[in-house]
Amino acid sequence: MNAALVLEQTLNGLQYGVMLFLMAAGLTLVFGIMNLVNLAHGSLYMVGAYLATAFARWSGSFVLGAVLALPATLLVGVAVEVIALRTLYERDHLDQVLATFGLILFFNELIAILWGRAAIYTSVPPFLGGHVRVLPGVPYPTYRAAIIVVGVAVAILLWALVTRTRLGMLIRAGASNRTMVSALGVNIRLLYTLVFGLGAALAGLAGLMAGPIYSVQPGMGEEILIQVFVVIVIGGIGSIRGAVVGAVVVGMVDTLGRAFLKPFLSTVVSAPAADKAGPALASMLIYLLMAAVLFFRPEGLFPARGRS
Amino acid sequence: MTTTSRRAIVLGVGGLALALVPPIAAALNQPFYVDLFRRMMIFAIAAVSLDLILGYGGMVSFGHAAYLGIGAYAVGIPAFHGVDNGFVQWGLAILASGLAALVIGAISIRTSGVYFIMITLAFAQMLYYLGIGLETYGGDNGMRLTRRSLFGPVDLTNPAVFYYVVLAILLLFLVAGGRVVDSRFGMVIRAARSNEPRARAIGFSPFRYKLAAFVIAGSMGGLAGALLANQTEYLTPDFMHWTRSGEIMFMVILGGMGTLFGPVVGAIVLLLLEDVLSALTAHWQIVLGPILITVVLFARRGLYGLLAGAPTRDG
Repeated sequence: MNAALVLEQTLNGLQYGVMLFLMAAGLTLVFGIMNLVNLAHGSLYMVGAYLATAFARWSGSFVLGAVLALPATLLVGVAVEVIALRTLYERDHLDQVLATFGLILFFNELIAILWGRAAIYTSVPPFLGGHVRVLPGVPYPTYRAAIIVVGVAVAILLWALVTRTRLGMLIRAGASNRTMVSALGVNIRLLYTLVFGLGAALAGLAGLMAGPIYSVQPGMGEEILIQVFVVIVIGGIGSIRGAVVGAVVVGMVDTLGRAFLKPFLSTVVSAPAADKAGPALASMLIYLLMAAVLFFRPEGLFPARGRS
Repeated sequence: MTTTSRRAIVLGVGGLALALVPPIAAALNQPFYVDLFRRMMIFAIAAVSLDLILGYGGMVSFGHAAYLGIGAYAVGIPAFHGVDNGFVQWGLAILASGLAALVIGAISIRTSGVYFIMITLAFAQMLYYLGIGLETYGGDNGMRLTRRSLFGPVDLTNPAVFYYVVLAILLLFLVAGGRVVDSRFGMVIRAARSNEPRARAIGFSPFRYKLAAFVIAGSMGGLAGALLANQTEYLTPDFMHWTRSGEIMFMVILGGMGTLFGPVVGAIVLLLLEDVLSALTAHWQIVLGPILITVVLFARRGLYGLLAGAPTRDG
């Protein structure tokens, strides 16, 4: 194990954390403001990945594909909100979970009909194909570095949007007291639709960036979604700051665990035992972390204000 | 009509109807139906156990398939090592899943609402990955069960015998479940669902009661898993997949949550629906999804609620 490898895996962890953050931000906003548990958030991630792939093949350009897929995913999100989810805001969480579970079944099958069940692969666009030198002698894939840059930029933009703009003010106000906001003459329905569309676009962004490095297939959304739940539970539901911290922590723990737990274990127990236990333990690591966080802080690390 | 006598009637008529399935299937020369109805009853057991905490206890556990998986592995792993004794296997299934429920419950019941949903889901997912990690026992692909659990003279390889064993367990659980729900213990659970601070104010500690209910439901789910492994004669981590948890949850809602017989109705109807739809098209889930949404939006009380009519929540 050398320093370059550790650095590379740390960057991978950060890159995965960025993807988790893009998902968690939308989910936690929707929960914080509309009080909606949206299991179908992973489906929007999947829709973003498929649309970007399809547009890229059609236009022959990764960038054009991404640029088209983003508003398209936003539109899909808005359509889902208007058709199915709007009536669920006043329902209890159980109803929301089940109805959005129904949406997942629908979307996974729709994608399977349109593109088949087999995974489809896209390649990294040529201009992002090379490596960058993070440190002398430590090359890192440009594409993954680009994901980190985009993610950090989006996080800053999101922070500015929520704390510095009128829309952000309404979002914060809606989160703390929706009745008062609508009494003051704000069209709360429109605000909800906008927030949901924003969350969908963020999920779509994560999905379209995921295309070239993970496999694109039906059900891909749920695998990341459950990890995003862990992020949100660790960070504190409804809190963007919690989503940032939770995402980076989960991304790091998961990636570093997968990379280094096995070699680490083999120094403690025999190599065959480490070979067997390592991968299983690595994939359980974030859940154990979540259990530990909950044990000490049942509200997560950064509980959102005004919510008990 | 009192609740108790109505229950006795439903139990008698329903049990008799289910008991007639094997002879009718034999007469029609359609052994497939014995298999299908046995599968329905196994899922009914799982759904009844979930309803105990979901409907009566108000705990939205989205990880119930985990116990199904633990129960299945409790049969599969001893069988792999040559232990075929059914009492050992099923006992282990009940113990192991109860123990898992104790740990998961102790952590998750401290939270509530959406946290509870996400945590139970995440723990089930963790066990799913643990199953994938069990390379010795087939890992991702799972393993075949070489022979069904052995119970001396009771031969589970005979489809009808196995069928009546499952039916007996289901009926036993329904009778016991009715007793539990009406008992002081059940009252505390229901009180904690409708108003936890008030339950605490009159001197109960809901945590212990809720945890006990969680463990009971987990063990019942584990036994259902042991039955399921015997039914399919193979087991994979997919038994614990989160969509399975969602399905069991949907059975409870479809049938009528917080009712004793609702989950049974839900399990039978959902599996029938799946059977019919999957015969029509390979893409049956595209139909099932919207049906699920429609039921949640418009038929909140479930099928049993519609059938039973009276707005009682404890029929």
